Amino acid sequence: MKPLLEITDLYASVGEIKILNGVNLTINPGEVHAIMGPNGSGKSTLANVLAGNPAYVVTNGGANIEGEDLIPLLPEDRARRGLFLSFQHPVEIPGVRMDHFMRASLNPIRKHRGQDEIGILDFDRLVSEKIQVIDMSRDMAKRALNVGFSGGEKKRNEILQMAILEPRIAILDEPDSGLDVDALRIVASGINQLRHIENSTLLITHYQRILDYITPDYVHIMIKGRIVESGDKSLALDVEKSGYDQFEKTRQ
Amino acid sequence: MATQNKYVKDVAGQEYKYGFVTDVEEEQAPRGLTEDTVRWISAKKSEPDFMLQWRLKAFEHFMSLLDQSQIPEWANITHAPIDFQNIIYYAAPIKKPTLDNLDEVDPEILKTYEKLGIPLEEQKMLSGVAVDAVFDSVSIATTYKEALAKQGIIFCSFSEAILNHPDIVREYLGSVVPYTDNFYAALNAAVFTDGSFCYIPPGVRCPLELTTYFRINAQDTGQFERTLIIADKDSYVSYLEGCSAPMRDTNQLHAAVVELITLDNAEIKYSTIQNWYPGDENGKGGIYNFVTKRGKCQGKNSKISWTQVETGSAITWKYPSVLLIGDDSIGEFYSVALCKGYQQADTGTKMTHIGKNTRSTIIAKGISAGHGQNTYRGLVKIMPNATNSWNFTQCDSLLIGGECGAHTTPYVEVRNSSSHLEHEAFTSRVSEDQLFYCNQRGMSIEDAHSLIINGFCREVFSQLPMEFAVEATRLLEINLEGAVG
Repeated sequence: MKPLLEITDLYASVGEIKILNGVNLTINPGEVHAIMGPNGSGKSTLANVLAGNPAYVVTNGGANIEGEDLIPLLPEDRARRGLFLSFQHPVEIPGVRMDHFMRASLNPIRKHRGQDEIGILDFDRLVSEKIQVIDMSRDMAKRALNVGFSGGEKKRNEILQMAILEPRIAILDEPDSGLDVDALRIVASGINQLRHIENSTLLITHYQRILDYITPDYVHIMIKGRIVESGDKSLALDVEKSGYDQFEKTRQ
Repeated sequence: MATQNKYVKDVAGQEYKYGFVTDVEEEQAPRGLTEDTVRWISAKKSEPDFMLQWRLKAFEHFMSLLDQSQIPEWANITHAPIDFQNIIYYAAPIKKPTLDNLDEVDPEILKTYEKLGIPLEEQKMLSGVAVDAVFDSVSIATTYKEALAKQGIIFCSFSEAILNHPDIVREYLGSVVPYTDNFYAALNAAVFTDGSFCYIPPGVRCPLELTTYFRINAQDTGQFERTLIIADKDSYVSYLEGCSAPMRDTNQLHAAVVELITLDNAEIKYSTIQNWYPGDENGKGGIYNFVTKRGKCQGKNSKISWTQVETGSAITWKYPSVLLIGDDSIGEFYSVALCKGYQQADTGTKMTHIGKNTRSTIIAKGISAGHGQNTYRGLVKIMPNATNSWNFTQCDSLLIGGECGAHTTPYVEVRNSSSHLEHEAFTSRVSEDQLFYCNQRGMSIEDAHSLIINGFCREVFSQLPMEFAVEATRLLEINLEGAVG
């Protein structure tokens, strides 16, 4: 089986600061991987580097998506190949309606897949269908993108976009941060509904609690820009009990 | 970051896409401005004596201002001095026809319109838009006249109005913008060549969006349009004005005057898309657009609404304003101004509240890219008797790249204590985070810019009639288009 995402000895910096120090990770179709780690360990940087955020520079190593070198690709070309990033802090874009935004985003991706552009009416139906995944009213899609959204609404909006775009590999950067229990359940249920035998998920989180709802195939612990430990769900429970200190010590 | 810089450079250096010259024979006034020029123009147009006398008074006033060097210098713009004696003040296509249908129009002219995407034939059939097309200085074709005439609506060129409806012209000409109003208004009054005239009788809601396309065509021909729209009691009209000009090396002066008048319970909605030649990437050439636009809400409970999308011209100097005289009257100003390359815009509005319970809304959006300099200049003046009046002003600026500028100069003058004013302003950049977010969702850097900018302009675009809103969106896209490296 060809891996969907393969990260090899990846080093990355922002400005002078080195953040990733040799990340290795292979994700196969259908798998859900969770990356856990303390603040500043490089989890979000990994997500941004994979998505092609120009603020980060890859200094060594690389990453492939379905065998194709990811690093030289522009962010939009990565997206068109099916890489999706659910942002930890989604930006606000005043005056741009959510449904307009999502259609402007879906069409270049469809074009890359060799599909026709989706018309307004078909797209309307698609939104009405997918918006149920996140348990929100259709009216939400008429609001300006993330403007005045609560923290929970922003996170749900990210999952809605994922549902519309149907990515091959979804990188979810702390989709659980700042959510109350109810919102967490909705977001997690949305993510679960979108799990598919051909698609994969890389879930980045601080806390074990979202893993009560989403069962990962693998759990990785990231410390100081490297994956220092991998295992199954029990590893997450271990962190819950004993914290990250044990891994920091192991490394030293 | 590098990608965005490349984009910004492309945007700033975007070439004008509507630059071309149509080869039509012209009949021109002698170069320069003298009393004879004014008489020549008036005679050429077979005007009645009251028009000639008015022009001559305006000419005298203009020359006295010029002698005293009273050229307005308060705006945040810079340009070389204009040589008013080196301008040709009148040019008419030589085959001046009296046309019954478009077949009789010079095919060259029709081609020009087609290049601009304004096929008149199609417009006649499809759009439900009546078109009074101004090609250089003389009206060539007027359509839908009959349908409008049935309702008693007069929609014609200014020249025709002077000949056929002299009493109305005489009553209202200069009643909102007198020739003494300002330097360029005086010049316009002396030498204006043509423009549009519209009268909506009492109780009539004009069934069509009225449209005029202005073009500047002949080399070194200043264009001096004059438009007068009168909405009588309980009437309504929506008027659209769209412009584009051919490419030129030398600067062309454009000094138009627009006067709007609403009587009791009447409403005028005036929308403009302005896309004249902005000059080349080094700031050479381009139109100087010095325009005086003003509306007078004379009747009670009447309304005047200005919406403008200003993307062209080397210099834009323009303040569509409203005099709120009738009690309970409403004035609105919605504006998007884009400055890229070396364009300069100093634009805004004046809302003068005179009647009681008068209300005004100002939404101004300035976009600056390249070396563009964008200034919002506004005055809200509430007079002592304008009790319980209300104004809301919002002026926002968006900067693209690091070499452009946005300036805001709002003036407020309130002379009673029962009125209410709100003012909001913010300046923002198209942020790297916003662009990356859009890119991550599959959009190119160009599409991302276009989306964000259209979002920024949405409140204004939503005021435009449907077909104009689409055109405005496209115009911004074309103006901001650039290859991604």
